[in-house]
Amino acid sequence: MSVLVYVENAEGKFKKSIFEVVSYAKAIAKQMNTSLTAISIGNVAISELEHLGKYGVEKVLNVTNDKLKSFVNQAYASVIAEAAKKESANVIVLSNSFSGKGLAPRIGVKLDAAVADGAIELPNTDGGKFIIKKTAFSNKAFAMVEMNSDNKVISLIPNSYKVVEDNGAAKIEEFNSENKDSDFKIIIKEIVRATDKVSLPDAELVVSAGRGLKGPENWGMVEELANLLGAATACSKPVSDSDWRPHSEHVGQTGIAISPNLYIAIGISGAIQHLAGVSSSKVIVVINKDPEAPFFKVADYGIVGDAFEVVPKMIEAIKALKANS
Amino acid sequence: MKILVCISNVPDTTTKITFTNDNTQFNQAGVQFVLNPYDEIALSRAIELTDGGNGTVTVINVGEVNTEPTIRKALAIGATDAVRINAAPKDAYFVAKQIAAYAKEQAYDLILTGRESIDYNGAKVAAMLGELLDIPSVSIIKKLEIDGDKATVEREIEGGKEVLTIPFPFVAGTAEGVAEWKIPNMRGIMSARTKPLTVVEAIEVQTFSDIIKFETPAPRGAVKLVDASDPEKLVDFLHSEAKVF
Ligand SMILES: Cc1cc2nc3c(=O)[nH]c(=O)nc-3n(C[C@H](O)[C@H](O)[C@H](O)COP(=O)(O)OP(=O)(O)OC[C@H]3O[C@@H](n4cnc5c(N)ncnc54)[C@H](O)[C@@H]3O)c2cc1C
Ligand SMILES: Nc1ncnc2c1ncn2[C@@H]1O[C@H](COP(=O)(O)O)[C@@H](O)[C@H]1O
Repeated sequence: MSVLVYVENAEGKFKKSIFEVVSYAKAIAKQMNTSLTAISIGNVAISELEHLGKYGVEKVLNVTNDKLKSFVNQAYASVIAEAAKKESANVIVLSNSFSGKGLAPRIGVKLDAAVADGAIELPNTDGGKFIIKKTAFSNKAFAMVEMNSDNKVISLIPNSYKVVEDNGAAKIEEFNSENKDSDFKIIIKEIVRATDKVSLPDAELVVSAGRGLKGPENWGMVEELANLLGAATACSKPVSDSDWRPHSEHVGQTGIAISPNLYIAIGISGAIQHLAGVSSSKVIVVINKDPEAPFFKVADYGIVGDAFEVVPKMIEAIKALKANS
Repeated sequence: MKILVCISNVPDTTTKITFTNDNTQFNQAGVQFVLNPYDEIALSRAIELTDGGNGTVTVINVGEVNTEPTIRKALAIGATDAVRINAAPKDAYFVAKQIAAYAKEQAYDLILTGRESIDYNGAKVAAMLGELLDIPSVSIIKKLEIDGDKATVEREIEGGKEVLTIPFPFVAGTAEGVAEWKIPNMRGIMSARTKPLTVVEAIEVQTFSDIIKFETPAPRGAVKLVDASDPEKLVDFLHSEAKVF
């Protein structure tokens, strides 16, 4: 019995969400009185791997096979399942990232394991049970999922568990896997990563705007506010439908669901489908000229006013705050 | 080109979600069920790809008889025929096992799902199907083009995208961008009534998880309003009270 955590890298580095996943996996290992092993696939510097010890990893299986340099879910799932068997790991933890979504179900099928996608809290293990809380109905509710199989796969939603330091040392072990050729049918032609921008699913702060902004030419102040805060930008569906902003920024029931520490909604009415994707944000700020806008009902802070007057003043105030601190 | 599109029957996006029986069951009273919006994108793309007699689009649903209006809607949008596997969908694994058992016999070139169902939001069925059928899968795609015996797809990644080529057959879960939603026309609606809908009995599947309870989010406190002439005050609240920056 042990816990295995898959540490996904982005161009050789671990993002904060991976330290969250490791901290979460460590807490589960403690609940179960067992050890935590990490598996890393691809090109990651040894010092970066050793750094995982700081969050409680005792051993890192390092897979550096050239064929596995870039992410192919079918191949990675085989490797992780094989590692789980070798380590007798019965709980496998990973991030509910875009890649994680393609991996967790495959690992689950391979190991006859229950799969809890999008966990947001530690499991409840009272009375020998194993119950995971996850979001359901597009963030309008939570479901408590009882996992009944011996093996369990859990994917954690970014920004839902705090990074916890646990001073230890991780020993690094090379791990070689036996992949089938048929695992590599997907060929990656191109990877495009906007490195200058904060990625929306991982963002701790998000500035979002809707149709109230009238047109794409008015997004300058939204971007300025976001840059100032180190926040990601997002938008409502009609905004991306009209090509004012890219689809990758569309949040809500049919876009992506996020749970940042701060969500600032500018000129967005707060339709139920929009709220579905953002209501688990920790703090919600609404700027809307209509006092009856439904968004105010779920907001923590709000200003009833014209965005074109309010946002520039906010920008100035934040600049002043930064200058003084 | 032979395409299978997996469709689920979900509460309409405006539904207020409540539960009954001590929060153990979703309260269906007064709820309108619709074709999952992402599955509609998958279906639209499948129809575009087979346009002009260039193949068939079968829709498949794991559900009881009450899902048939949704299946007919898919036929009205333009699917060639439909299959319903007669069982209440217990979870994603149960659904994937049923669909895999059916698809194994049929040699589809392409199997499409939505990126996720908007009720349980698992985003699991596509990858589970891929694993069960031992073929490639991509869970969230934003674009799908066909080029002979393979396809080029765009997959979303954090802060960017990946462009992949994949030989048929494979499974993909579609998101916004893959196609526009199609609205059924009168001819579609009329012909949907007579298109074939085959009902298949479910296979025995052992599932590994159960939803034992639901919770609704705790209501937020009342909003703290700041005067429009004083956005500095808002910034101050966010900095010193909420401590978000
Ligand atoms: C199946 C389905 C799925 C959907 N999925 C999503 C989804 O995932 N995400 C999503 O966002 N929507 C989704 N929608 C659409 C949703 O119902 C709303 O139509 C949409 O969210 C409205 O976008 P909006 O708030 O930007 O625009 P509007 O509703 O037009 O609101 C604009 C707001 O801006 C305010 N405003 C105008 N001018 C100013 C100003 N100068 N200063 C300040 N405020 C101003 C107005 O008071 C108004 O409240 C979906 C709809 C359906 C049917
Ligand atoms: N009962 C079902 N019958 C057929 N397809 C389904 C069913 N449930 C889910 N799917 C498909 O699987 C996708 C992902 O669902 P999920 O894994 O539940 O988020 C959906 O968008 C559908 O395409």
